[in-house]
Amino acid sequence: MTHKVSRKIDVRELARVEGEGALHVRVRGGVVHEARLDIYEPPRFFEAFLRGRGYTEPPDITARICGICPVAYQMSSCQALEAACGVTVEGAIADLRRLLYCAEWIESHTLHIYLLHAPDFLGYDSVVALAKDAPELVQRGLKLKQVGNELLELIGGRAIHPVNIRLGGFYRAPTRREFRPVVERLHWALEAAVETVRLVSGFVFPDYEHDHEYVALSSPGTYAIERGRLRSTGGLDIAPAQFEEHIGEEHVAHSTALHARIKERGRYLVGPQARYTLNGQWLSPVARQAADEAGLGETCRNPFRSIIVRAVETVYAVEEALRLLADYQPPDPPYVEVPPRAGVGHGITEAPRGSLFHRYELDADGIIQSARIVPPTSQSQPSIEDDLRGLVETHLDLPDDELTLRCEQAIRNYDPCISCATHFLHLEVDRG
Amino acid sequence: MALPKLAVWKFASCDGCQLSLLDCEDELLAVAGQVEIAHFLEASRERVPGPYDVSLVEGSITTRDDAHRIQKVRALSRTLVTIGACATSGGVQALRNVADVDEYRSIVYPHPEYVATLDRSTPIAQHVRVDHELRGCPINRVQLLELLAALLHGGRPPRTTASVCTECKLRDNVCVVVAHGTPCLGPVTAAGCGALCPSYHRGCYGCFGPVAAANTAAVAESLRECGMSEADVTRVFRTFNADAPAFRKEAELHDAQSQP
Repeated sequence: MTHKVSRKIDVRELARVEGEGALHVRVRGGVVHEARLDIYEPPRFFEAFLRGRGYTEPPDITARICGICPVAYQMSSCQALEAACGVTVEGAIADLRRLLYCAEWIESHTLHIYLLHAPDFLGYDSVVALAKDAPELVQRGLKLKQVGNELLELIGGRAIHPVNIRLGGFYRAPTRREFRPVVERLHWALEAAVETVRLVSGFVFPDYEHDHEYVALSSPGTYAIERGRLRSTGGLDIAPAQFEEHIGEEHVAHSTALHARIKERGRYLVGPQARYTLNGQWLSPVARQAADEAGLGETCRNPFRSIIVRAVETVYAVEEALRLLADYQPPDPPYVEVPPRAGVGHGITEAPRGSLFHRYELDADGIIQSARIVPPTSQSQPSIEDDLRGLVETHLDLPDDELTLRCEQAIRNYDPCISCATHFLHLEVDRG
Repeated sequence: MALPKLAVWKFASCDGCQLSLLDCEDELLAVAGQVEIAHFLEASRERVPGPYDVSLVEGSITTRDDAHRIQKVRALSRTLVTIGACATSGGVQALRNVADVDEYRSIVYPHPEYVATLDRSTPIAQHVRVDHELRGCPINRVQLLELLAALLHGGRPPRTTASVCTECKLRDNVCVVVAHGTPCLGPVTAAGCGALCPSYHRGCYGCFGPVAAANTAAVAESLRECGMSEADVTRVFRTFNADAPAFRKEAELHDAQSQP
């Protein structure tokens, strides 16, 4: 049965991803005719109802696009709106933002590594099933994730949809004393994160490499998270304000999705592997050593090994949080004033899943005239589908159930956030 | 004895409320020992067929398919609990309810005709019977655990009729309105968050939705005294619980007054 020429793989409800998606693969005559990641999550129209809202509102409103990476939405929107108003946020406030972002990386990456992705490599349906056989391993993952959440809660008020973020900075800066308990937990987390790299680098990975153009923020001297220029392995090097000149969205025939593409070249990939490849030289010492010991090298082109890169980035986020906390002084005042003015502003930051672009156009009173948001998953989607196709072509000898699992894994490799992507993708209600 | 079966369902939402369950790091495995997690796509590939003892429902109804799906979920569920602002009031996507959806479609999508969506985003209770609800954008995970514990052990789920103001008093917060003239929805917003925003020196923005018998008119006056325009007042009531009746009505009044 494994060598039949016509095959069809349908997974109608993808599990262990954020949001609602499906995948469809059609093979005819031993050739892959179609490989699709479908988004059937209902649209929520954020870009439309942002029109007419006040310029101080997007950090709270766009956070609601994604419960997994609200900080990314808050940071990209702040950057874009501050740019529109001609304000730059520097110093201790900018450091506190980076610290908050590190917390989200720790939480989101650990969620994906332990709860969503690792069960694939260890042969379980869920983390709960895995916990029955390996309770200590799962406990470590949960505790590491919790450290990220504690830091998010301390700075943001809560981990999901933090309340303490405003244009220009924060409503209130936590004191050094408030941070003291979490610093101790971060020291433990650094060990746990290094152990995590050791754990996941020992997994068995399918033999598969892709050649996608990698795109990420880059800021020489540091591992870029909340600011930088957008660079790529194909020579792209642009400021956030140039994003729309270089990256377009294309409507592909018979596809349900608008796909982001570099206008000159086509599909590309954002996310941990892109960041690691472009910025790996600026990892912190412990993270760099963990990457070397895991055998990562200068680049990582096997999407299944993205779990190692995510683990290395978790080490980095913990180490960077400790560095930022070592000489933390609460910014006073905790924000700079951002008076409104007419203009357009752009922002890009590195969500856990990759570059997240926001653009806002304001009138003189700060009322939003138009908004555009391009989330990481819709940027990577053409490349994810390309992987799906490549993977099926090279694994046609597998029986259906194994090939299906392999395809599901191929999607989970990218930690896609379908809740995010859906507001920007056409949906096809085709569950038949 | 078979464990009670727990299912988690998603409709139009951000995933944040169901993530709250995975954010119970200290309790997750204990909960998993007390129930059979029978359907929870965000966490597991395994799908155990219904019926289910407890269904947690996240998200609002915005498509015809979802309007059918919630009927099936109801039929399969002994107890149905709505979690979060989307499920209990239609969520932030209910902002379409006061707008022209065709225009929305054409703003976001180049081919609006492909986008199957209803004109309104509606809470679950407008479609099926709901046994319990948890408010919030997002929900408070402690409230989620308390509710699950009560349902599993046959107790009465905790209910509160208090407002955010009560929680501020419990935390010994200085009132941000009185002390700083900061606009705040605390008096008309349901308790549950622990008065988070005032604890961070900002006014409550109502993400837990209206408290019972909310005096929104008095709060609107206070917002105006704190310097908000009619348009600002309209927007603050028209955010994450825009279609909750008390907030919707107050917003409509100020919307009318802010029109030239």
